[in-house]
Amino acid sequence: MIAELGHFALVLAFAVSLVQMTVPMVGAHRRDAQLIGIANPAALLQFLLVALAFGALVWLFVVSDFSVKLVFDNSHSEKPMIFKVSGVWGNHEGSMVLWVLILALFGAMVALFGNNLPDTLRARVLGVQASIAVAFLLFILITSNPFLRLDPAPFEGRGLNPILQDRALAFHPPWLYAGYVGFSMTFSFAIAALIEGKVDAAWARWVRPWTLAAWLSLTIGIAMGSWWAYYTLGWGGFWFWDPVENASLMPWIAGTALLHSAIVAEKRGALKSWTILLAILAFSLSLLGTFLVRSGVLTSVHAFAVDPARGIFILGILIVFVGGSLALYAWRAPLLKTGGIFAPVSREGALLMNNLLLSAAVASVFIGTLYPLLLDAISGAKITVGPPFFNYTFVPIFVPLLCLVPLGPLLGWKRADVKAAAERLMAAAGLAFIACLATFAVAHDGPWLAPFGMALAVWLVAGAASEIAWRIRLFSTPLSQSLDRARRLPRAAWGTALAHGGLGVAVAGIVGVTAWQSELITTLAPGESAEIAGYTLTLERVGMRDGPNYEATVGVVRVSQGGRDLGVLMPEKRRFPAERQEKTEPAIRTNGFADLYVVLGEPADDGKWVVRAYRNNLAPWIWIGGIVMSIGGIMSLADRRLRVGAPTRARLRAAPAE
Amino acid sequence: MTRKQRRATFIFVSLGILGLAAGLVLFALSDSVTFFYSPSEVAERGVEPGERIRLGGLVEEGSFQKLTDATVRFNVTDFVETMSVIYRGVLPDLFREGQGVVAEGAVQADGSFIADKVLAKHDENYMPPEVAAALKKSGNWQGEGAEASHSETYGQGSYP
Repeated sequence: MIAELGHFALVLAFAVSLVQMTVPMVGAHRRDAQLIGIANPAALLQFLLVALAFGALVWLFVVSDFSVKLVFDNSHSEKPMIFKVSGVWGNHEGSMVLWVLILALFGAMVALFGNNLPDTLRARVLGVQASIAVAFLLFILITSNPFLRLDPAPFEGRGLNPILQDRALAFHPPWLYAGYVGFSMTFSFAIAALIEGKVDAAWARWVRPWTLAAWLSLTIGIAMGSWWAYYTLGWGGFWFWDPVENASLMPWIAGTALLHSAIVAEKRGALKSWTILLAILAFSLSLLGTFLVRSGVLTSVHAFAVDPARGIFILGILIVFVGGSLALYAWRAPLLKTGGIFAPVSREGALLMNNLLLSAAVASVFIGTLYPLLLDAISGAKITVGPPFFNYTFVPIFVPLLCLVPLGPLLGWKRADVKAAAERLMAAAGLAFIACLATFAVAHDGPWLAPFGMALAVWLVAGAASEIAWRIRLFSTPLSQSLDRARRLPRAAWGTALAHGGLGVAVAGIVGVTAWQSELITTLAPGESAEIAGYTLTLERVGMRDGPNYEATVGVVRVSQGGRDLGVLMPEKRRFPAERQEKTEPAIRTNGFADLYVVLGEPADDGKWVVRAYRNNLAPWIWIGGIVMSIGGIMSLADRRLRVGAPTRARLRAAPAE
Repeated sequence: MTRKQRRATFIFVSLGILGLAAGLVLFALSDSVTFFYSPSEVAERGVEPGERIRLGGLVEEGSFQKLTDATVRFNVTDFVETMSVIYRGVLPDLFREGQGVVAEGAVQADGSFIADKVLAKHDENYMPPEVAAALKKSGNWQGEGAEASHSETYGQGSYP
């Protein structure tokens, strides 16, 4: 009954979004207030219906109703509750319902909070948003119905892939989807603006919070995914240039570019049509990501299903939306008035440079991800484009960008004085130079690029600090005045500094792990010891432990350093009888600067066990940097000036004075 | 600076960055991609010692051997040709004889294949598409049923 209700709700949602896609569009064209008025209730109703369907699906998973095929395939009655719930989106069908749910939620938010948008713009935005919903609801209903029944109903489910039974991974897809789908909002705004033929500062102010929210979600989602990969895949790698990872990285980079160009569009009225194009590209790359992951053209942890019908359907959606929006852009973009002249050396110029480099970076990732698919389709040759490709392309493009990051916020609008900006960065440059020398002195046997990497990290962090110091006139006015200025500094300024500084922290972590990882692979009998990077690891014993839905072989490894006991680490190998699979669970000990990472391998001959250990220097900083960047995003989002609807309120206040 | 000069500067910088990116991509594509071969293809074309490749096929039944010091040896086969692979490290959770496997590494001067990454699948019914294609080519494909399965995932050894 519940399953049928959910299915019915999805069909109704499809019907409602058909109405929402067409009627308000016609209304906006004819300036018919009644037709325009359909948009809001339709968006809310669509959200309620999709939420009902999603709720039904969650319910079916929670009560383990194995008469539903999806629940049977992906759940098990003994699974802990958190993984029963996360199992809803740990599969193809359920994850698509989550996708549409977030899409509908964002539409409903525009309907609820968009009262101060011009009526026609809001109607068109919701119309475009509904067209995306139509495409994806149809996709779900035709190729991926999550509510299919099984008859007779099995007694027990097949369980969820153990690798997905993990706390960080449970919430990785919702964040990622919120990011992907968040760009649907900026896309809808871009298309609506193209139809209206008008882009103004108010439009840009509306687009920025959505871009920021999408970027923030994507940052959190990517960081969670890479953290999961780090602690679960057993050797301490955090980023693999896997096509599916690239699929999430591309919209992130495009979104970062959009975030910066939207500033220029809002503050200076320049780069308008470029901003629109980026909004289209960011969402196109999100769709591409969905296609790559969902179509099964890639093999990876994320490829849930290999079903050609689905792949072709999503490819169709991709072609219609990307092709359609680019055609619309080519036709309508020349109508947009350009404005805001600026010199090459200026804040605008710096932001443009940021956009150029980020676009080149996206292009390199794009080619590296899609070239193997293309080559396979054309010549049948199977190649893998791995980390070396990206080290040669992505890194040389990204490093100059990172070098320029601290400079940008210090340049003035329109025309800037480079010399003055450079003087403000003298301290940061000095610190970076010291960091370079210090790194070389301490770790001169590492890769020769590593000291420069650390210098870059310090340059980013110190540069971000210098910007704040300059803004609050630190040291040039009495401290109390500086503190007062700091209090009054817009939150967006803090947000910028935190995001840029967090980037520096993450760079330090990446350099640390890449340059100075120590590795130990050995076999130990209980009682034997081995050494890695100054630590002594002693395998005390190997025992068994029962988990809620698995049995684990646990290695008890005592760690000591220079005779000082540091406690035990307990890496596990878990066997999931329901899923008939195994999963390695490394044990990690961190002191904030380096991780000791121990993995229990297979039993070797004569009672010994394979033990692998790594010391990953600065590894935690990668994710600390990610967290700092996210906090920066939240700070910016909380800025009064960026709050949704703020532009109109400001206009209303200004009105009586006219 | 006139409007014209400004525009010229922007175009010049944009083209410069584009050109640089294109150059880097072309260089990297010629230098750093890894080809996927089945044992038959390796036998057919020959692979230079030291060239990185991905070798895919099935782990031959009865070929798995534990050598000393966490090192293992196994044969990768497509039922036409077979290659011996040596790997040091912890094998993926679902590495098994008779199952699909992808080993990444290089052929040594003495003809042995030393892998530094081994990828295996995470599901009974699943086979990496490259392996399936290699088996189809050598005429040892066991039917479509093996490909259409649920929730396929690779295992670790390193991430795919």
